[in-house]
Amino acid sequence: MLETLDNGKPIRESRDIDIPLVAAHFFYYAGWADKLQYAIPGAKSVPKPLGVVGQIIPWNFPLLMAAWKIAPALACGNTVVLKPAETTSLTCLLLAEIIQEAGLPEGVVNIVTGAGETGAAIVNHPDINKVAFTGSTEVGKIIARSVANTDKKLTLELGGKSAHIIYEDAAIDQAVEGVINGIFFNQGHVCCAGSRLLLEESVADTVVEKLKARMEKLRVGNPLDKNTDVGAINSAAEHVKIKKLIETGKTEGGEFFEPASVNLPTKGYFHKPCFFNRVSSAFTLSRVEVFGPVLAISTFRTTQEAISKANDTQYGLAAGIWSEKGSKIHKTAAALKAGVIWANTYNKFDPTSPFGGFNESGYGREGGRHGLFPYLDI
Amino acid sequence: MSGVNTLKERTENLKIAKTIKLFIGGEFPRTESGRSVPVYLHKTKKLYANVCVASRKDLRNAVTAAQAAQKGWQSKSAYNRSQIIYRMAEMMEAKREEFTESLTATLGLTPVQANKSVDAAIEALVYYAGFADKYQQVLGAVNPVSGPHHNFTSTEAVGVVGLIANEKFDLAAFVAQLAAIIVSGNAVVALLSENGSALLAPLAETLATSDLSKGVVNLLSGSTEELYKQFGLHMELQSLSVQLSDSKKLTELKVLAADNMKRVVWPTEQPVSLEHLMGFVEFKTVWHPIGY
Repeated sequence: MLETLDNGKPIRESRDIDIPLVAAHFFYYAGWADKLQYAIPGAKSVPKPLGVVGQIIPWNFPLLMAAWKIAPALACGNTVVLKPAETTSLTCLLLAEIIQEAGLPEGVVNIVTGAGETGAAIVNHPDINKVAFTGSTEVGKIIARSVANTDKKLTLELGGKSAHIIYEDAAIDQAVEGVINGIFFNQGHVCCAGSRLLLEESVADTVVEKLKARMEKLRVGNPLDKNTDVGAINSAAEHVKIKKLIETGKTEGGEFFEPASVNLPTKGYFHKPCFFNRVSSAFTLSRVEVFGPVLAISTFRTTQEAISKANDTQYGLAAGIWSEKGSKIHKTAAALKAGVIWANTYNKFDPTSPFGGFNESGYGREGGRHGLFPYLDI
Repeated sequence: MSGVNTLKERTENLKIAKTIKLFIGGEFPRTESGRSVPVYLHKTKKLYANVCVASRKDLRNAVTAAQAAQKGWQSKSAYNRSQIIYRMAEMMEAKREEFTESLTATLGLTPVQANKSVDAAIEALVYYAGFADKYQQVLGAVNPVSGPHHNFTSTEAVGVVGLIANEKFDLAAFVAQLAAIIVSGNAVVALLSENGSALLAPLAETLATSDLSKGVVNLLSGSTEELYKQFGLHMELQSLSVQLSDSKKLTELKVLAADNMKRVVWPTEQPVSLEHLMGFVEFKTVWHPIGY
């Protein structure tokens, strides 16, 4: 409830996805605490923690990102200074109460609220031994530069422009649902959102028509209504940014579509789910992370073309593949430059599953055994 | 033994100084800049060889060659990569005399030290050759996600790695690093320091005769001072391995690397270990539903 009030995401997502994953994440990493000698096979002794870790998280999954950061850090024996995003600090402060109740010794987890300046103070503090950041690639690069003259370890989970490939032999109806979930989940405020849809030419028109029909049925509105599919944009600033990028998209070309039957509430920051069809890979919308409910669609003729279009980005966070042919999925998955690949599904998360990107989507993994590595001295 | 000169005699009688070229894309080109510098016998002014001073253009050419070779190298079977790296060890053994000659003549190592250095380099090659078809199982995982999905994490090459050798040049550490980089399917562009530049000849000959695909390893000699920043600036390098002891240069490289989020690795205590190999792999996690 608090997460939805603070962030604007549909209560259905807070209730069914975010909060259960938060609890599962803490539970999963709690179990690692006395098994760290098995984190990396062959370690000669139990790996040591790094010390004090500074963690900075974004506003799109406020509590879930806090769990992703705090749980592995504590399991490895580190202490934490965590800064939630300035627009979504409330659930982290509620978490602080739970941490007190749980009897964690004082000072082990510290939560400081604030904006960029507070984040910079954490990153640059001489007694911080490790920095973990989730957010934009732009800020990630600033952080990487500012710790360059130190021995601070760094993990970055940054932006994405993830490709979602639908082959002609895919289960089309399921694929369309996957696309909807891929780009409109959490209003598109998802670093791994499937924001570039690549369609095999022979099924492109069918997919686009089905997508349009499905989008007409999306319920955009009050995040506290459990029937809502798409909630509110997190802030006025984000809403302005999304609208600007759509204007840019319209001047560059492509066919713009937004569902006519979707009505937006008159108050609040709401945005219609939309897409641009027939975009070129040079267009802004094919390259820049929108972080909103905006999909860019283009087509391909061969597997090779699909792969090279998918990889034509500086990012490398996630990708989706839809095909009923196993060998094609494996071939494509191996060739895609992305850290997380969803085949015949999209936007699935689990505490045991490593998450993180290639190239400018950052480095390090969160989740699973691999999520321990950044918090251990190895 | 009449008629057969010892190595020492041959070295002393050597009249024609070698001209050592670069190693790019499996070829032995001169630097496009036409520049060369003399390398002297250790602590003397007696000419040992002339080496190329690679330019920025040579570096770019080497990166292009490495890029072209990387995918093919990565898609070779792990078993095949293992055999090739093992073959590198065999060829290094076969060229031991050339390595020790160069190490003693230009770096001033004693014959015992030089042989130890070659031993360690060969050991590192054998070690990583053995890992080529094993690290995947050690570092990968099948993840027990809740729900009907098959979920696994596998390792993948990062791409093209830039390697900058230590100023003093340590053959064993350099070769170990090279092997740690290529074992997982990466290609590499390496800059030997001025001190190590004469070692380029036996190294390149070892690589050229080991069935290693052309362009997987590219070697440049030249000025570290002039070229190190170019490694940081190059947008087609995905990772940097910096063996320099100059921490100022390392900091500068880390700053430059941020522009395209290059992974930067610098020496650890154990150059021959699984942890070391981990610096040059990415983890990819694939989900697929389970059902009918």
